[in-house]
Amino acid sequence: MASLKPVLLTAILAAAQIGWAQAPAYGVGRTPTADEIKAWDIAIGPDGKELPPGKGTAKEGARLFLLKGCGGCHGATGIGGRAPALVKGGPPAVPGQAMPAGMEGMHMVPDTGIMALRSPYAATLWDYISRGMPLNREGTLKPDEVYAITAFLLYKNEVIKSEDEVMDQDTLRKLVMPNRKGYAEIPDWKRNTPRLANYP
Amino acid sequence: MDLKQRDLKQQDLKQQDLKQDSKSSNRRGFLKGGAALAGLAAGAVQSAKAQPPVAELRAKGTSKEQVAYGDRSKYETSVRKSVAERASPDAFGLVFHVNAPLQDFYGSISPSSLHYVATHRGAFVPDIDPKEHRVMIHGMVDRPLIFTMDDLKRLPFVTRQHFVECAGNRAKSTQTTVQETHGLTSNAEYTGVLLSTLLKECGVQKGASWIVAEGAEEVKGAGSIPLGKAMDDCLVAYGQNGEALRPQQGYPVRLMVPGFEGIFQIKYLRRIKVVDQFYMTYNDYGHITTDARAAALANQVGPKSVITFPSGGQKLPGPGYYEISGLAWSGQGAIKKVEVSTDGGKTWKDGELRTTPYRMAHTRFGFHWKWDGKACEILSRCTDELGTVQPSRAQVAKYWNEPLTKGFRAKGMDNTIMAWRIDAEGSIHNGLA
Ligand code: HEC
Repeated sequence: MASLKPVLLTAILAAAQIGWAQAPAYGVGRTPTADEIKAWDIAIGPDGKELPPGKGTAKEGARLFLLKGCGGCHGATGIGGRAPALVKGGPPAVPGQAMPAGMEGMHMVPDTGIMALRSPYAATLWDYISRGMPLNREGTLKPDEVYAITAFLLYKNEVIKSEDEVMDQDTLRKLVMPNRKGYAEIPDWKRNTPRLANYP
Repeated sequence: MDLKQRDLKQQDLKQQDLKQDSKSSNRRGFLKGGAALAGLAAGAVQSAKAQPPVAELRAKGTSKEQVAYGDRSKYETSVRKSVAERASPDAFGLVFHVNAPLQDFYGSISPSSLHYVATHRGAFVPDIDPKEHRVMIHGMVDRPLIFTMDDLKRLPFVTRQHFVECAGNRAKSTQTTVQETHGLTSNAEYTGVLLSTLLKECGVQKGASWIVAEGAEEVKGAGSIPLGKAMDDCLVAYGQNGEALRPQQGYPVRLMVPGFEGIFQIKYLRRIKVVDQFYMTYNDYGHITTDARAAALANQVGPKSVITFPSGGQKLPGPGYYEISGLAWSGQGAIKKVEVSTDGGKTWKDGELRTTPYRMAHTRFGFHWKWDGKACEILSRCTDELGTVQPSRAQVAKYWNEPLTKGFRAKGMDNTIMAWRIDAEGSIHNGLA
């Protein structure tokens, strides 16, 4: 009996494994290499566990913000450019005011909409700068540079207090953003279920 | 009839053709020669032969290019238009939100060239070589895989109609036409591989609960989608209305997340990462608030309909018969019923569904109507397969305990009833104004 037990257990486990593992039905597609996955995988989750090694300070970030051309679009101080404001304290949003044709909507970012203040996780800010900026040269920033520029935007929005505070994997993950509690739990999605019970 | 006879008969026919051709070319020559008499002569020829005049110009349809890939008639001038708030392309060349001319659509399919266009904060339309394009699935899977476009096309496909709708698709009192009030939705027939087919091929691991889908455009727009939805009916689509997706719709391949807000329907799909939590991407974070109810309403579209004829900016020439026509759709399933009111919502009568109602797809409805020439207000409301009825603005305001002002804004995806006001002259106005 004692010798049968592990066999049974293995069989059950194996069955469960097969049920879940969904053996490939078609054999189409190829296996990516570990390097390929690493190069492609730019998504940083809210807990920041995918943040790469590296570090930077707001002081370095201030220099990089101009060097990398961010200032040219977002304004030299992170505000007042043609692209959305990245730093709080801008003039009250007036639609169409002093904006080139077609860019009217872009500049109307109230302080609560500034990414460093609205994003519930610092990782989201890091992720976006790393994947999408600088516009036209996306994906060219090195991790150290993204850390430094992230630190700069956090510092200018008074999320961190010192220009010399080092932002890295660890500090960014631990940083509690001002709007950390500003988000509702995302509701469960269920097939054939109204999107919100008791809503007319 | 034996073969010989048939050949003879065909020769006969050909000769007749030739005769007619020479006649008509003569006629043309005659008409050109006598410009002053042209009107009279054309009339005479026409009545003599009891045939409509032969078109003089054959310019467009016969050029080499037009034989290869045809354009619409030059008399058809319907176009998309940028939303009032921001031009596309903007100062950076980015495309933002562009409204589809719903008032000009027939049936339930939106032509690909007029399908609405939207990007999250503005994006370039990328020029992607399908030979170079890859879709990778990785993360919490047993077998990460990379697919070429050819790989995807080898796999079992499905063809389905689905709508896409932007969260910004909300009627405002300041707008005039249905293109402005409702033009941020369109409907097309998509062909592609079910995402579940691809995910099963990779073997989703225990504990996985979300996917993050990502595009290849410059901002690499990414969105978090519940795994349950991903395994249910999401589609990795490469075909749209019988041909390849258009670049503005995500060429060469996009994700369809039927019934969800437009922002989830990732264009230029290049990667899917299977994960165990909501990822709060840039696209995600911009669209959620502290209120879980508003978040639920933002995720998915409720039952919604709008009358596209007669609609804002149009004019009825006088009293008489007009068929009211419009579109109905729901993110929760297929449309079951559309009702129309021509007395400002006092009484409702059933309209007719004129296209097959598919799940999460636009459905065309029609309604017989005789206008008596008096001022009136026309509305439509629909019911979907779950029995949910499209609400009025008053009902929604009451739900949120807010006063029903002109500027009242329904939270999440706005699916409230739209009204068009017809004045005694037959001019049609926004009923919210
Ligand atoms: C060529 C102009 C341009 C340059 C250079 C540029 N940006 Fe941007 N940035 C934009 C535009 C436009 C947007 C709006 C999003 C979009 O349309 O892609 C944006 C959006 C952003 C956002 C999101 C703002 C929000 O609230 O949604 C951040 C953060 C940002 N940029 C940071 C940077 C940083 C850091 C740099 C320098 C490394 C940079 N940008 C360089 C044009 C630019």
